[in-house]
Amino acid sequence: MLFLDQRGHCGIPRKTMYQYDETDQKFLTERVSQFRGQTERFLKGELTEAEFLPLRLQNGLYVQRLAPMLRICIPYGMLNSAQVRCLAHITREYDKGYAHFSTRQNLQLNWPLLEEVPDILAELAEVQMHAIQTSGNCIRNTTTDQYAGVAPDEIEDPRPWCEIIRQWGTFHPEFAFLPRKFKIAVCASEKDRAAFQLHDIGLEIVHNAAGEMGFKVYAGGGLGRTPVIAPVIRKFLQPEHLLSYLDAILRVYNQLGRRDNKYKARIKILVRAMGPEAFAEKVDQAWSHIKDGPATLTDEAINQAKSYFTAPAYDQIVDSTAESELQNQAAEDKAFANWLKRNVSEHKIAGYSIVNLSLKPTGIAPGDVTDKQLEAIADLSDAFSFGEVRSTHEQNVVLADVRKSDLYVLWQQARSQGFTTANIGYLTDMICCPGGDFCALANAKSIPVADAIQRRFDDLDYMYDLGKIDLNISGCMNACGHHHVGHIGILGVDKKGKEFYQICLGGNAGRDASIGKILGPSCFADEVPEVIAQILDVYVENRTAEESFLDTYRRVGMAPFKEKVYAKNN
Amino acid sequence: MPKIIKNDKIISDDWQLLAKDATLEEMGNNPVIIPLNLWQSAKEQLTGREQLGIWLDSDESPESIATDLDNFQLIAINFPVFADGRGYSYARVLREEYNYSGELRAIGDVLRDQLFFLMRCGFDAFAIREDRDATDALASLTDFSDSYQIAVDQPVPLFRRR
Repeated sequence: MLFLDQRGHCGIPRKTMYQYDETDQKFLTERVSQFRGQTERFLKGELTEAEFLPLRLQNGLYVQRLAPMLRICIPYGMLNSAQVRCLAHITREYDKGYAHFSTRQNLQLNWPLLEEVPDILAELAEVQMHAIQTSGNCIRNTTTDQYAGVAPDEIEDPRPWCEIIRQWGTFHPEFAFLPRKFKIAVCASEKDRAAFQLHDIGLEIVHNAAGEMGFKVYAGGGLGRTPVIAPVIRKFLQPEHLLSYLDAILRVYNQLGRRDNKYKARIKILVRAMGPEAFAEKVDQAWSHIKDGPATLTDEAINQAKSYFTAPAYDQIVDSTAESELQNQAAEDKAFANWLKRNVSEHKIAGYSIVNLSLKPTGIAPGDVTDKQLEAIADLSDAFSFGEVRSTHEQNVVLADVRKSDLYVLWQQARSQGFTTANIGYLTDMICCPGGDFCALANAKSIPVADAIQRRFDDLDYMYDLGKIDLNISGCMNACGHHHVGHIGILGVDKKGKEFYQICLGGNAGRDASIGKILGPSCFADEVPEVIAQILDVYVENRTAEESFLDTYRRVGMAPFKEKVYAKNN
Repeated sequence: MPKIIKNDKIISDDWQLLAKDATLEEMGNNPVIIPLNLWQSAKEQLTGREQLGIWLDSDESPESIATDLDNFQLIAINFPVFADGRGYSYARVLREEYNYSGELRAIGDVLRDQLFFLMRCGFDAFAIREDRDATDALASLTDFSDSYQIAVDQPVPLFRRR
């Protein structure tokens, strides 16, 4: 399947994403053999647990509650169909036939054998994939908008910049042992779909007064125990300085970030302690020594990165014709109409749409897919979307370039695979971490809670009437389920060996980001759906015609919600 | 005599490493690596001494010796645990900001699997932890044949060389 063409590019025939050359490919091969050696030494007892720990983490391997967990990197959420088929194969051959999309746009396997991980990585390397730096105290996978390159509200495609950052961060020798993990997100559109202000570094693509493109740089955001919305540390960074400026931020953090307490080790604690201005000054100082040095990006390098993310061969389509046919199909089929309205987004090219495949049907852990479903995703992408697939931080999958005239057929095929739950952005499209069923860190289970909520709110008309609501569930304070930024957030806590759930309201991951506030005392798992129902009742009773849940909460405050939930309990 | 890795070879090491609380009296005439606080407390007596080295702990920034570098033939950076990565930045600051060109040695919890990155950041000498084999460790310096980003060993990023 793989071959190298005359320019040394691997022969996966996709023009809309980055393609490895011989050097990229060699890095992966070298990494696999390095990790194979490390694993062998560990199994022979030549490496202690503690010494092997960061090595396996930086190759994506956790040791979890029941088995190891392997987190496979999906750089900024981009996949091609050959890669998805490889993931299906690995899920089937090395695991139990299902995998899990994470909130960092990555894919997790729950049951690999430690001894087999080097083989898995070798298979991944054949399709230009890996698990490098998907865990550990290092620079993690850079995330971005799942609609990159096709969103009508986009200023510029963020993916070339993500790729430039990916290369810079891969095996960065200075930052492999940071105080804590480090996550970067890039946002390039009016609507923020990457939660970029909740990252260690958020990069927003902007234009300055002269119309030049650059980055507004945010630093010190994050979730976890201490949720923080990142402050701006530089209003405008010229693009050629991106890497030296990132180096400067990381260099300051690596030297000054706390290492005495892992819960205070993220950059957000440092930025907060120093104050954003003082932190920015320190960064500028460090930057002054390296700015304009060899890390300065050349036009050639930028253009080369951009050359990989060209538009696919779109057909010339008269939008009005395609649209009217679509409306006819929708008028005849209510289920299709529901799906069209909720799971299909506007595309920047006439006659095309963005399709969201929902991985949130009731009864399945949010973000989970089987090997067969992965194959189906690959097939759908080949048939309808130029063989390209994207994962989202909301744990769904996107086919970014679908002809409107293909939507009805696509929907029928996707429906047979369970991908058409028409709930994208609605209550049952929950973000949910693996929780206590899988994760060794979790204090409480999260998947059964998500399931109970989906069952309770299975009436589509009621769900649509509620409008868009982000409901996020984390099984512990580490906040992998982003509970702080759910309009409704649910956090599993452990009290004396029993699982409880704390509800928070008013969080938001969008451009006007906010951190949710705790509603009150926590409740038992089986009470959660009823508490959510009461919260939704308060919203429905108080909302004005056009108000979303978040709008109403922001207007009326916590009091009426608190009153309803706790008055009744008492 | 203990062995260290220096310039990609295993050699005997004749430098004496003094403990953090060492005093002037403990210094003989042999090549010696002194702790930062001894340097700071006895700078006048020690200035001009031949074969003098200094070691910095992981919470001792090279900023503290930025103006003293000419006095040292060797600078060692301690890794109390290998996962404490401050020393990687210290090394780059010493090499790239202060243009320090003497021996830069990694000491402490120095292990094979960190060697490649340490080398990239400017270390040219490695005192591998005593219970580990330096010959095995040497092999890791060639784990990777190239790198994406700049560092001390490769000042030209891959994007300028493709």
